[in-house]
Amino acid sequence: MPLRLLKYGLSRDYPVSGDIPAAPDLKPSYDVVIVGGGGHGLSCAHHLSKYHGIRSVAVIEKGYLAGGNTARNTTTIRSNYITPEGIAFYKEAVELFEGLSQELDFNVMFSQRGQLTLAHTEATLRSFHARAEMGKHLGTRTEVVDQKAVEELVPSLNMDHGGALEILGGLWHADGGTARHDAVAWGYAAQASRRGVEIHQRTEVEGFEVVGDRVQAVKTNRGRIACGQVLIATGGMNYDVALMAGVELPIRCYPLQAMVTQPLKPWLHTLVSSVSLHTYLVQSSRGEIVIGGGSDPYQLYSTRSTLDMKEHLAEGAVHLFPFLQGVRLLRQWAGITDMTPDYSPIMGASPLQNLWLDCGWGTWGFKATPVAGKRMAETIAKGRVPDILKPFALERFETFRLLNEMGATAASH
Amino acid sequence: MKILTCPMNGPRNIDEFQSFGPVRAEPDPDRTADTDWSRHLFRAENRRGIVVEWWRHVPSNYFFLAERDLVTNEIIRTFDASERRAQS
Repeated sequence: MPLRLLKYGLSRDYPVSGDIPAAPDLKPSYDVVIVGGGGHGLSCAHHLSKYHGIRSVAVIEKGYLAGGNTARNTTTIRSNYITPEGIAFYKEAVELFEGLSQELDFNVMFSQRGQLTLAHTEATLRSFHARAEMGKHLGTRTEVVDQKAVEELVPSLNMDHGGALEILGGLWHADGGTARHDAVAWGYAAQASRRGVEIHQRTEVEGFEVVGDRVQAVKTNRGRIACGQVLIATGGMNYDVALMAGVELPIRCYPLQAMVTQPLKPWLHTLVSSVSLHTYLVQSSRGEIVIGGGSDPYQLYSTRSTLDMKEHLAEGAVHLFPFLQGVRLLRQWAGITDMTPDYSPIMGASPLQNLWLDCGWGTWGFKATPVAGKRMAETIAKGRVPDILKPFALERFETFRLLNEMGATAASH
Repeated sequence: MKILTCPMNGPRNIDEFQSFGPVRAEPDPDRTADTDWSRHLFRAENRRGIVVEWWRHVPSNYFFLAERDLVTNEIIRTFDASERRAQS
């Protein structure tokens, strides 16, 4: 066995190819500089290079590839939002995920297993009817289901009949699913770098050279880069990075914590979330139960974890599935979320002519990785914001045209 | 659990409290333009550093102020709102 492995490894017929080539030295200028080497930035780089012929692109990343919120989120993909603008946008996100493995020639392990959100009160059920009707109107698969249907969808659920948290029904979103977050980022990175995009890790933005209403150059710890266009897609760092360019975003940063259990045999075949318990669960392809909830209750720039949040998540999970009580936790972590006042992202123009924003992704960014990249690439290439992104403009806060998505999930958003 | 020292109730578990976010300057309703209202409503202090925030002790419904470091999460001090009024 070791000899055969060695023979295989050293054979010329099976050359080892890294997915992402080592980055060369920084050039003095690029047509587009993307700040942030997470899913969104890499997706934008892919779309710029593949569909718009823009290949002089540098993705600069302070840490390592996709090591921020791309690595820390809980990979929920869905379009059962509240506002028509939000649903239309996230619907495109889900559709792009459906073809993503083919698009990237990389298995992103997209599993469209459906998402069930539970209602423990009549009031929640009424809000589900509104969401379901809006979803159906816009062509998504979203419907209100009764107790019996919930029991059939997830037989292992504790229905709590007659109890304080009896499950009265649910919002069944057949379009919902999950995918492997790292694969999404790597797939985009591999495609983009194959077309000439340079990915520079450990390259930190230290400031912007702003002249008039344009960014002339990006100052980094590895030198100055002159730029045609700049995109900010830095997740939890969006507020800080935009501020370096003199743009103050309506963002407040909160930690978001999550955890996984030890691997179990497959038993949870849908995504399950509970509005009243502020808890959601999904079983990963490795068998671990990923458990998440809402953001921390106050602003903070720390990815520390707290026992009280873990207890809260465990309590919710054990209430829904009592047999999880003896299961051990394997890992727990936190990320910094850039929360907006209306729980919708900020995409499009900034007060500077050639600085574009893909910010305010709070706790809802992963699912939008393909669509945000696609639409931001279109925006940068054409120099104008497509209709689907217009409602998400930064100006909406000054014109009081907010897109309220608070309550569009089980957690704080 | 993290302890927050309430000016009225003394040291208590932080889950007895609710954060109401950083203190914002109160605009003059007669002179404030729409853009300034937008700023007042939607842009709270988010820089890495020390903020002064409104907190409420939920069981006693007592509102007070706290100085807290947004990076280290250290609560530097807590004080009654009358102290802020006395300062301004």
